[in-house]
Amino acid sequence: MFDNLTQRLSHVVKNLRGQGRLTEANVQDALREVRVALLEADVALPVVRDFIARVKEKALGAEVLKSLTPGQMLIGVVHKELTHLMGEQAAPLSFATQPPAVFLMAGLQGAGKTTSSGKLVRVIREQGRKKVLLVSCDVYRPAAIEQLKLVSAQAEADFFPSVPEQKPIDIARAALDHAKKHFYDVLIVDTAGRLHVDAAMMDEIKALHAFLKPVETLFVVDAMQGQDAVNTAKAFNDTLPLTGVILTKLDGDARGGAALSVRHITGKPIKLVGVGEKLSGIEVFHPERMASRVLGMGDVLSLIEEAHKAVDHAEAMKTVQKLKSGKGFDLEDFKAQMQQMKKLGGLSSLMDKLPGAGQIGAGDLAQGEKQMVRIEGIINSMTPAERRNPALLKASRKRRIAAGSGVQVQDVNRLLTQFEQAQKMMKSMGKGGLSKMMRGMKGMMPGMR
Amino acid sequence: MFGFLKSRKTQPVPATEVATEEVAPVAVEVVAEAASESAATAKSSWAQRLKSGLARTRSTFTSQVAGLFGVGAKIDEALFEELETVLLSADVGVEATQHLIDKLRGRVKRERLTEASQLRDALKAELVDLLAPLEKPLDIDNSKPFVIMLAGVNGAGKTTTIGKLARRFQAQNKSVLLAAGDTFRAAAREQLAEWGRRNNVEVISSRAGDPAAVIYDAIQSARSRGIDVVLADTAGRLPTQLHLMEEIRKVKRVIQKADINAPHEVLLVLDANIGQNALMQVKAFDEALGLTGLVMTKLDGTAKGGVIAALAKRQPVPVRFIGVGEGLEDLQPFRVAEFVDALFA
Ligand SMILES: Nc1nc2c(ncn2[C@@H]2O[C@H](COP(=O)(O)OP(=O)(O)O)[C@@H](O)[C@H]2O)c(=O)[nH]1
Ligand SMILES: Nc1nc2c(ncn2[C@@H]2O[C@H](COP(=O)(O)OP(=O)(O)O)[C@@H](O)[C@H]2O)c(=O)[nH]1
Ligand SMILES: [Mg+2]
Ligand SMILES: [Mg+2]
Repeated sequence: MFDNLTQRLSHVVKNLRGQGRLTEANVQDALREVRVALLEADVALPVVRDFIARVKEKALGAEVLKSLTPGQMLIGVVHKELTHLMGEQAAPLSFATQPPAVFLMAGLQGAGKTTSSGKLVRVIREQGRKKVLLVSCDVYRPAAIEQLKLVSAQAEADFFPSVPEQKPIDIARAALDHAKKHFYDVLIVDTAGRLHVDAAMMDEIKALHAFLKPVETLFVVDAMQGQDAVNTAKAFNDTLPLTGVILTKLDGDARGGAALSVRHITGKPIKLVGVGEKLSGIEVFHPERMASRVLGMGDVLSLIEEAHKAVDHAEAMKTVQKLKSGKGFDLEDFKAQMQQMKKLGGLSSLMDKLPGAGQIGAGDLAQGEKQMVRIEGIINSMTPAERRNPALLKASRKRRIAAGSGVQVQDVNRLLTQFEQAQKMMKSMGKGGLSKMMRGMKGMMPGMR
Repeated sequence: MFGFLKSRKTQPVPATEVATEEVAPVAVEVVAEAASESAATAKSSWAQRLKSGLARTRSTFTSQVAGLFGVGAKIDEALFEELETVLLSADVGVEATQHLIDKLRGRVKRERLTEASQLRDALKAELVDLLAPLEKPLDIDNSKPFVIMLAGVNGAGKTTTIGKLARRFQAQNKSVLLAAGDTFRAAAREQLAEWGRRNNVEVISSRAGDPAAVIYDAIQSARSRGIDVVLADTAGRLPTQLHLMEEIRKVKRVIQKADINAPHEVLLVLDANIGQNALMQVKAFDEALGLTGLVMTKLDGTAKGGVIAALAKRQPVPVRFIGVGEGLEDLQPFRVAEFVDALFA
């Protein structure tokens, strides 16, 4: 089993090399792999089908750019479509109403509504609304009201008390009344978890919505949710005019295909993501990062992906795999890396994106780029065996290579020293250095903490 | 459906403010109003609940499957493909679905099946074969106290399952003690306390934040008082939270200090709504704790819980119980024949 789409595709795209156009025949295998990857990420089957059809429509007949293989071309289309489906850009919370702006939380049991209610306080305050009141209409789950009370205290926001003997609608009425009288900017109404097939409970929240007329009706969805996400999302969306989605528990390792399912079914933007149990664990949603996550193209690759579309995924993936396994990094990889760099717009632009590379000066870079050309020439003059095993490079071989690439033997020696340094760096990255690097990127991608 | 819960609500009224900014003094007036319809909602019987719970699970799956097996129709590729759709939509997963379909093809050839209607029984048989090793009822008679530790991701249904298990064991004339090992989530202790009240059993808890110590105390206390079963709650955690996975390892080690053979059962609680990530959860919690059983909750929705089939193939751990609602009675033992029948009935 491959654990990500990039690896999957690198397998099938080999057959695609050297073909000028994407055709039904040459993308069929690749699309099958895309389908499997999406299903493994828990994207619901009907959504997968629609998606594949769209990708096919967009891709077929497309001319393969000179710099790309058909496989890269296709993965580009897939990624772009996925991002497009996820919603292009972050959608802000709305406060466009006479205060208090009411936020109504809705979702299945255990999705994270109460916790997200508390997290919202900070997000709301950051946007300049200071006076926030929370109330719980969950009269069913034991100690649910107590939970929101504690969460409100942690969030340093006011809490409007209620008791399980009350009717949710009465709680809502009293809370709204209080919020109006005391000039609250925002009232967050937490509700009980409910199954979409529980008609009485769905009626209850419909009534709450009708009374509260919330400016935000947020559907809280667990990122781990599976195929049933389409059924629940459809039912909630049919019952309530949802305004957005909060995707929780993204700090786990679920690929989060539910995001795509819910988005596709409801058409509503995912506004925020939950990335931890603590109240600070909330972030705005980044469609692009989510697309990469669903496809399983995380790590370094998604960073490079963000920076530039022209990267050769299969190559980059090979390097990443090598780094992770800590296995030998040879001159072939060294050269491949430099070619990648060139595609990415040269050293200077790459260095911007690689954390920890900031210490290299601009002057060095310009010189570095000239050197890269020379280095490539030198490596080209080596035999494959020499590239795989630089230890073979004794004096006579070095002379041959220097002559072949039009440089001095010192230049060959300098290259070898540089290569050794790179190799050392790669080795340390392989042993936890990479994870250190990843930690540096924390916050750039959901799911990393 | 909630009539039973409502009638039991006896929580104190926390009318005081915890907020730091401003106070909401008006609250006290509202508090007095009581729920009027609590008595009116009839409490459905145990059997009815299970039926209505599972029936919902069944209906979508069934209508899909029923359409496939019209009498007289012949077996063709479209039929296999539709069958694949049904399995995938039930969270069975790509690998297990492929496995089942391949087996089915083999059976069709071997048994020379031609009628579409025969395919249903064949698939049923394949599923039963696959799941059979998971049906192993929990036996709590071999130790006293019998210590059961529950673990799982956040919101899976651990605390609720403890409430239901307490009910079940008491009905078997066992004495039960609960240990409030979730010292992290807001009001987790209060939540378990309420389940204790509903069952009229004692809950051992502590305001201090050490889950291992609470559970240790509960076991000691159970032993000195001759209690039959200890149910230990723990905080939800995701396998990616390595420090929390380490913490729960420690909880188990400390339990072993109280009783070398404990915990006698380590249950992972899985939410039926969760997709393929359930596989990673089983793997991670098994590595940390050595799982002896699973509980699958929330099967009263439309989620099918088909990931159990994927588990059966990859990492078989017995499924001890399934959860079919939020009430005390909404738990039943996992029975393969019923589970598979429920999918096809
Ligand atoms: N790791 C993690 N846990 C979360 C997140 N959001 C909620 N939780 C946990 O999920 C469980 C259920 O959350 P809760 O707010 O009670 O859900 P509700 O039933 O929908 O109100 C609790 O244990 C929360 O701490 C999140 O983004 N990450
Ligand atoms: N519908 C349904 N809800 C359930 C079931 N089991 C638990 N829940 C609900 O799921 C939510 C989380 O349950 P809880 O026991 O607090 O989960 P924990 O965080 O794992 O302890 C609560 O709202 C429960 O009422 C079940 O079998 N069916
Ligand atoms: Mg809640
Ligand atoms: Mg709990």
